[in-house]
Amino acid sequence: MTPDVTPGVAAGAAGATAGGGPEPAVPARRNPLRGLVEANVVVVTALAIVSSLLIGGVLIIATSPTVLHALGRIGSSPGRALGVAGSTVGDAYAAMFTGAIVSPSGLGHAITTGHGWTAVLTPISETLVSATPLILAGLGVALGFSTGVFNIGAQGQLIAGALASLYVGFEVHLPIGIHLPLVVLAGAVGGAVAGFVPGYLKARTGAHEVITTIMMNYVFLDLLNELLATQPFQQPGQSNAISRSMPATARLPHLFGAGLRANLGFVVALALVVAAAWFMRRSTSGFAFRVIGSNPKAGRTAGIDVRKVTTAVLVMSGALAGLAGMATLSGTDFFLSSGYGGNIGFDAITVALLGRNRPVGVLLGALLFAALDVGGRNMQAATGIPLDLAFVIQAIIVFFVATPALVREVYRLRETGASLGQVLSKGWGG
Amino acid sequence: MSLLEPEGVAGLPGSPDSRVVTAGRVRGMGAFLVAIAVLAALAFGVATPAGAHATFTLGAPPAVAVAPLEMSVRFVAVVCALVCAALGVLLVARRGARGSYLIFSLGVVAFVWSFLTWAARGTDLNFVQMLAATLISTTPLVYGSLSGIMCERSGVINIAIEGQFLAGAFLGAMIASVTGDLWLGVLAGAVAGAAFGWLLAFLSLRYGADQIIVGVVIVAFCTGLTNFLTAQVLTPYQATLNSPQTFSPIAIPLVDKIPVVGPVLFDQNVFVYLAAVLVVVVNVGLFRTRWGLRVRSVGEHPHAAETVGIHVLSVRYRNVVLGGLIAGIGGASFTIGSVGEFSSEMTAGLGYVALAAMIFGRWRPFGALGAALLFGFSVSLQSFLAVLNVGIPSPFLAMAPYVITVAVVSGLVGRVRPPAADGVPYRRE
Repeated sequence: MTPDVTPGVAAGAAGATAGGGPEPAVPARRNPLRGLVEANVVVVTALAIVSSLLIGGVLIIATSPTVLHALGRIGSSPGRALGVAGSTVGDAYAAMFTGAIVSPSGLGHAITTGHGWTAVLTPISETLVSATPLILAGLGVALGFSTGVFNIGAQGQLIAGALASLYVGFEVHLPIGIHLPLVVLAGAVGGAVAGFVPGYLKARTGAHEVITTIMMNYVFLDLLNELLATQPFQQPGQSNAISRSMPATARLPHLFGAGLRANLGFVVALALVVAAAWFMRRSTSGFAFRVIGSNPKAGRTAGIDVRKVTTAVLVMSGALAGLAGMATLSGTDFFLSSGYGGNIGFDAITVALLGRNRPVGVLLGALLFAALDVGGRNMQAATGIPLDLAFVIQAIIVFFVATPALVREVYRLRETGASLGQVLSKGWGG
Repeated sequence: MSLLEPEGVAGLPGSPDSRVVTAGRVRGMGAFLVAIAVLAALAFGVATPAGAHATFTLGAPPAVAVAPLEMSVRFVAVVCALVCAALGVLLVARRGARGSYLIFSLGVVAFVWSFLTWAARGTDLNFVQMLAATLISTTPLVYGSLSGIMCERSGVINIAIEGQFLAGAFLGAMIASVTGDLWLGVLAGAVAGAAFGWLLAFLSLRYGADQIIVGVVIVAFCTGLTNFLTAQVLTPYQATLNSPQTFSPIAIPLVDKIPVVGPVLFDQNVFVYLAAVLVVVVNVGLFRTRWGLRVRSVGEHPHAAETVGIHVLSVRYRNVVLGGLIAGIGGASFTIGSVGEFSSEMTAGLGYVALAAMIFGRWRPFGALGAALLFGFSVSLQSFLAVLNVGIPSPFLAMAPYVITVAVVSGLVGRVRPPAADGVPYRRE
């Protein structure tokens, strides 16, 4: 134990280390750098990102035939071997960066000539587009976690929201000023209905929301497949499982002109981040939610109707996931196909946990995930390294963020007074 | 301790093993049986032409040959409806709740029998094959839910089963393919699963990380990693790295000659037999041995366990690694049990279904087996119904296992209580 630990954290660390044998005591003089940097959230997150990129680099090296071939001759030409390894990893990450944020050469060109700004802004725009559904669904999942409700059904709720939006989109004919809000509302309502079912079942019969939301993911996936192959949802004249498309009045307008896909959906997501933060911190219902999340018994004693809160949380959580489904449909895709939504519902769980269930944290986590995803696509196109590497990196980041004590130990950081390793989820809520 | 304990709903706080069935729920079950009896009588009986027959194949070579069972659809519907209704009335009228689930299950079996007869009207249904398919869909779920039980009975939530499945499936296929030895494949699957069990234990027990976060991330990590390695390594070297043999069924002498039961239960591959053995071993271990008592005490009240000299974290470490090992074997069953190659995300979320089976089975091996069998049967039922072409669109059939699970969990199981210290990090005082 270092002498500078606070008593509370020391007790926690003692408990945590008991299983893995005693922590080796590192004398402070052996490592003069130890303890210079405090292990706060920003530092831990930054180091988590760096570490995960390092591990990702090792993965690239270990699985690339050209690099392995060059490394096989490391004895005869060590410089070349290391050069090949370095350039392979470097090219991959450079492609990831230019794909997600900005291409430096393109930026220089645009500044000097004044042309090509659309190309320069495309990566950022794509990152915002990818982040939008993650923010929305992530907020929903985080809301559930902070109330002790474990909603794994964001995927299904997202599909329900998208289906509702689509229906209102092609079935209703109104000017955009009325139509678009209706489409957005339909997404929320669709998701809310999908969230209401597990909420009602839990409140009424005690059926565990983990079981019911998992099962309903599959139900909505199958429902989507059925609806895509039948009228009125299927695109007329199509034999494929592809839906009708959204009319112009049901599409979210672009934010920065037609050349960039960034759209109003991102603004909606930002507004909901603010709204969610206000709701959880300032409103009476939000307070009731948090009480139930941290101490259900106290909540019940204080007269909070736990059943009502559970149902309400799942309805709101579902509504947010439904909006995520709407955002992609109405913002960029304009039609539904089989497997719509990809893995967003599950990524939303990771994003919520990465953001420590706080709205702003969810926003930042979603932006990070989206950047890795969009950048990974560019990496795959440019270097042939599979996009899945980006998902591995995402997972490793969360591993480290979830275990600040590990990062602290690896990088010899000073402990903070506040414990970062707090438990965010409430198990089965049982 | 339960979050929302409405008065009069099953499950007393106190023991995760209590099975209190209220009179209201028993009456509800009875009414449900009567309702489905009426449905069977009308839909499968009255609405079917008098001469319609269905044939159930009960075993044809190479399985034990049994004469096929030919039945009049209407006759079966009437008999089953009567049985079902009688059992329903019995449930409503009797006092005491003992054996209610058994009576209810018998009623449902009668209904399903008449439904199958109706669905197979004018044609053949290979009943033995359908039951054998049930066991095959059940097997991975059994491994997954046993893995969950091992971890959660000691107080650690293992939501990473899906990831451990994928790791086991991947490494199992690869090692079996490279070495040509299937047993090494099983071993590799077990090691891969155990490694991710260890990771869960290491991060959550040593560093106090949130168990659910770590679990969710292990799934994301394993999905990403196996996809990455599949694209980067397996696909280019498919012939050497991803072409394992598969275990062939082993008939157990003598008992495999029992009509119907023999081909269903005793002519399966090693994964099915091992799953059955594990259910018994884990059950006996947890509820009949000193080890099990220790595990359960650590899962219920770790501080009390520590007081009597049990090392809480070692018990948890061991159980989580063992749980991962079991899930890894289950993962290997996906590749070297049947398919013979690894493909991206081939476990298709069954790890989560296994988790549901564990909760549904109230954290007990036989309960989880029952839940897994129910799910396996609905999977096999829907694939056979799709072939029989009963006029239900196939996506709705595909939904059936999930809808049935939701219905059963809401209607029959109700509130369940996990081990009291499940998911709660242990801090020594």
